[in-house]
Amino acid sequence: MDASYLNSFHLDILKEIGNIGAGNAATALAKMLDKKVDMEVPQIKIMGFSEVSEVLGGAETPVAGILLGICGDISGYILFVLEENAAQKLVNILMGRNPAEEVEYDEITLSALKEIGNILTGSYLSALSTLTGLLIKPDVPDIAIDMAGAILSVPAIEFGRTTDTVLYIETEFIEGENRVIGDFFLVPDIDSYMKLINALGAAY
Amino acid sequence: MTENVIKVGMADLKHTSHPGRLITLGLGSCVGIALYDTKTKMIGLAHIMLPWSYQAKNSSNKAKFADTGIRLLLDNMLESGANKNSIVAKLAGGAQMFSFSNVSDMIRVGERNVEATKKILQELNIPVIAEDTGGKHGRTIEFFSEDGRLMIKTIGYGVTYI
Repeated sequence: MDASYLNSFHLDILKEIGNIGAGNAATALAKMLDKKVDMEVPQIKIMGFSEVSEVLGGAETPVAGILLGICGDISGYILFVLEENAAQKLVNILMGRNPAEEVEYDEITLSALKEIGNILTGSYLSALSTLTGLLIKPDVPDIAIDMAGAILSVPAIEFGRTTDTVLYIETEFIEGENRVIGDFFLVPDIDSYMKLINALGAAY
Repeated sequence: MTENVIKVGMADLKHTSHPGRLITLGLGSCVGIALYDTKTKMIGLAHIMLPWSYQAKNSSNKAKFADTGIRLLLDNMLESGANKNSIVAKLAGGAQMFSFSNVSDMIRVGERNVEATKKILQELNIPVIAEDTGGKHGRTIEFFSEDGRLMIKTIGYGVTYI
């Protein structure tokens, strides 16, 4: 099975999956921040490995990545990537500090970010689970603050075992004046894509 | 002569004659294998993702794996006039970006990439003269034909040369 087997109908279904999952997560984020959070129309990105590092404003952009394994009826990963500034701001707001304050990545900050990732991915996956009727559960989250390329390569390597392309369902979060603050990457393994598409009633 | 500056993507490999510079961005668990011919000053760089091609279901892209990637890079360099006996290697990458407790195979991919890389280089009789591998952080590397130095840039761990 390769991503090239997917037709435009399948891609529409995957987009809808991104829409519903991220929509739920955006609501959760808006509640946390007490601010309006918009989201872009999800994009299905099928790309070669050489392009992976160019996502998210370049391979060297510092980001906070919160990665969770997905288990249950489907398997894979869900990755929530926050622009570093946005990550700092989020933590400050949650801790009741000045949003512009410089944040040190200590134990407490990292676990606060993990918790944010936990809540957002949890709401993403539970929407997905309700929609498809499949059991979809998140695993324990882990966080890395590093170059975007290095973080995105983690799910890419998993694809590398079976294919030469990576398939991401990407949804951007926007706050205020078109400021992108985060990105969701749903990365089910290739068999799980088919399960998701099937669960939504499409034959392939 | 103008310097050739070439970017090497993920699962990709390139080589160039002197004067040249090879760059690869955002290495995580992947390993950058920098080969330097001390005589001709030719440089080659491979950005591999996985250790062994025979363990994968699809191995058509040779640059994806340590075993096939290093051999292909060496062949390409020899074809372009490099001298096998004067080639040395430097390694960077092989980090573990996330430390999961329950995804056993995936967490060790960086470490296994480094192991496989060293094994292949040993089989090919290419000495590893320097390395900056492991840890939990990403690396961007730049490889200079002038003297074979490898610059390693990180977030939070500064810039080093090996």
